[in-house]
Amino acid sequence: MSNKILLRKGLNIPLKGSAVNQIARSISPDILAVKPTDFKGLNPKLLIKEGDAVKAGTPILADKKHPEILICSPASGIVKEIVRGEKRKLLQILIQADKKQEYAHSNAHELCKNGTAQELKEALLSSGLWAMIKQRPYGTVADPAKEPKAIFISGFDSAPLAADMDYAMKSEFDNMQMGVNILTKLSKGGVHIGLHADTFAGSPMHRLEKAKIHVFDGPHPAGNVGVQIHHISPINKGETVWTLDLYTLAAIGKLFNKGVFDLRRVIAVAGPKAKKPSYVETLPGMAIREVADLTDSSNEVRYGDEVGVRYISGNVLTGENVGKDGYTGIFHNVITVMAEGNYREMFGWIKPLRDKKFSISRSYFSWLMPNKQYNLDTNLNGGERAFVVTGVYEKVLPMDILPLYLFKAILAEDIDKMEQLGIYEVIEEDVALCEFVCPSKSDIQDIVSRGINIMIKEMS
Amino acid sequence: MKVLKKLVDNIKPTFSKGGKLGFLHSTFDAFETFLFVPDHVTKKGVHVRDSIDLKRTMTIVILALMPALLFGMYNTGYQHNLATGGDMTFWEMFFFGFIKVLPLIIVSYVVGLGIEFIAAQIRGHEVNEGYLVTGMLIPLIMPVDVPLWILALSVIFAVIVGKEVFGGTGMNIWNPALLSRAFVFFAYPSQISGDKIWIEGLSKGEGIVDGFSGATPLAHAAAGEFDKIPSFMDMFIGFIPGSIGETSTLAILIGAVMLLWTGIASWKIMLSTFAGGILTGLLLNALAPEGTYMAMPAINHIVMGGFAFGAVFMATDPVTGAQTERGKWIYGFLIGVMAVIIRVFNAGYPEGMMLAILLLNTFAPFIDHFVVQSNIKRRLRRAAINK
Repeated sequence: MSNKILLRKGLNIPLKGSAVNQIARSISPDILAVKPTDFKGLNPKLLIKEGDAVKAGTPILADKKHPEILICSPASGIVKEIVRGEKRKLLQILIQADKKQEYAHSNAHELCKNGTAQELKEALLSSGLWAMIKQRPYGTVADPAKEPKAIFISGFDSAPLAADMDYAMKSEFDNMQMGVNILTKLSKGGVHIGLHADTFAGSPMHRLEKAKIHVFDGPHPAGNVGVQIHHISPINKGETVWTLDLYTLAAIGKLFNKGVFDLRRVIAVAGPKAKKPSYVETLPGMAIREVADLTDSSNEVRYGDEVGVRYISGNVLTGENVGKDGYTGIFHNVITVMAEGNYREMFGWIKPLRDKKFSISRSYFSWLMPNKQYNLDTNLNGGERAFVVTGVYEKVLPMDILPLYLFKAILAEDIDKMEQLGIYEVIEEDVALCEFVCPSKSDIQDIVSRGINIMIKEMS
Repeated sequence: MKVLKKLVDNIKPTFSKGGKLGFLHSTFDAFETFLFVPDHVTKKGVHVRDSIDLKRTMTIVILALMPALLFGMYNTGYQHNLATGGDMTFWEMFFFGFIKVLPLIIVSYVVGLGIEFIAAQIRGHEVNEGYLVTGMLIPLIMPVDVPLWILALSVIFAVIVGKEVFGGTGMNIWNPALLSRAFVFFAYPSQISGDKIWIEGLSKGEGIVDGFSGATPLAHAAAGEFDKIPSFMDMFIGFIPGSIGETSTLAILIGAVMLLWTGIASWKIMLSTFAGGILTGLLLNALAPEGTYMAMPAINHIVMGGFAFGAVFMATDPVTGAQTERGKWIYGFLIGVMAVIIRVFNAGYPEGMMLAILLLNTFAPFIDHFVVQSNIKRRLRRAAINK
């Protein structure tokens, strides 16, 4: 076991409804959505029109700037609808699946042993898997023209109610090993995988050869790849690294093992409003209604007001509110179902006991019940204010970064300061906990997102 | 509860934009959010939020001030009783103080909150909670005999010049409560200095016991009358003349425990302020000739005057203090050092704490600047090593 990296800062939000290790069922989705908005930094151009037949792996979108970067259909079937939003922005492409799951041809299998780096890269690009590799800084789709310093993969997800990746990936070892074999040829710095100290030994990832394993201990955000990179080999100005999730790693392996674009995966259905929190095997872009029977869609009464249900693709910190009729995102490993919070609680802020609410602060009494799991909702729990309290963000950000000063530099649009204070090292998910604990209810992730957009504009 | 919700819903349109009294929407909003935590839900970013907000934070600070306030009321009666040679019971003394202190609190809140509401109205913002704490701090750092009109003026000065011109709570440079005290101190020296203002009725001079001076321990120390300084225990518990809330170090420490336990005030600032004061006192002890102010036991500094109150409730103000964790150590330590130095070496101002904190408020961004720069340098060095 390599040296353990202990992260003391952070927080595991005690949310009720974590998934038990059991697959409720295997789903062949009827309709799937491909969402160009999942791919940050990609400017999508349509390659198909409504009514076209597609196979799993048929390109349906390309990037305008790098036309070699493709996004492919996850299933075979017919393009049902192209959904656009304001200013004709592409929101999602709906595919009516034929459930035969025919795969587009790929020559990747022939390259798996002796392919050169260039050939492997081309195979990844034409397969559509490239678009799922992200680069840091900024967390955008990787630029094929740049060689990364190293490649980082987080082997666990520490976010609230996130899927247990050891469980989700337990039958994917061979594919992940192939994925590592391929990726090590693409970067001199090698492939680095972060694992958690508590689950290290039982993890299928810890047997992976050729990958450098790093062991982390501590609460969320220890599982964020950005935090792991910061402690393994921080990103400095001018450097680029790649990051990808385990699903993508396994998909790369499948492409080179079997020559197919197969994104099938195991994801969790969890949250206080999940009936039997467990896992399903499915394709990304699945409609939420496919798991309607696993969720409790009834409204409940909280503090005298009736509140609805929120369906989140992803976890409660970084996920997307997709609604009952929405579709899952390609990078999400959990569907979280929880109560909305649009109620008015009388004198809530002054009540000495508020046993249904959780707080990291000792001004409430949740510290008395460290093992309690909460049925939280989406109430903001207060009004938005200017930055007043200091020293709270630092408690949940295990990085050598001064969060308040970075955020203020972004608000002031001071490029030099942003650069000096660490904008290259964080993306939205890394500061999500800062947003959770903020007593002024600031939208911290949005601030960082703005900062990243300013940097991208400035550097292009 | 349902009835109240209905009532609020019924009158809400009148106070919303476009309604008859739409211009009062900030005021309405303040009362509505006072009654109910609003029904706002998370829109972008995280879907759940911690249940702490600024209202809760400020409430804890006010609770932490309660021991000092209650003792202050009692001590007001106690000192008056002492000065007039009366034989009041405990409850009579407390009630006497209660009657004297209550108007100060009411004036402070009415005037201060009035300005806050108007300012929020003009800006179209929500009314901020910041004044709830400031409004309690101001009476606690005033002498009990301060005329109400002077108090009102100082509140106006503190809120407008100290806070609103910078953009409201969270934007100010100096602690508004201390600014109000400084205003009174410098603008009305004749009404507000000397030995007689600390005890109710003393300045009028009626029925006072012969030879009763009413001077604070700090005044005795500054005058070199070391034999007149009360015992350490009396000063610790607070049976001494002084501003209403500052006399009892014990009561203040109870508040400090609440602030530290809830994590609302920075323990780094508190600890380093006390350390700075005591270490400076010890240093002066080591250098001092016998029988001078410098030779006074160092520990006395933290139980005399406003040192403890300032360290616990004023220096820890997150807005005006240092905001980096390392900066907090330096900031607090320097407050302690400066307070003792001003007390001992500046005969003009017997109380150094107020000026020390205001001075370090001014320099806090400067301290933070160095901490931020060292972080930047560390990051740059890291880049150089990697190459």
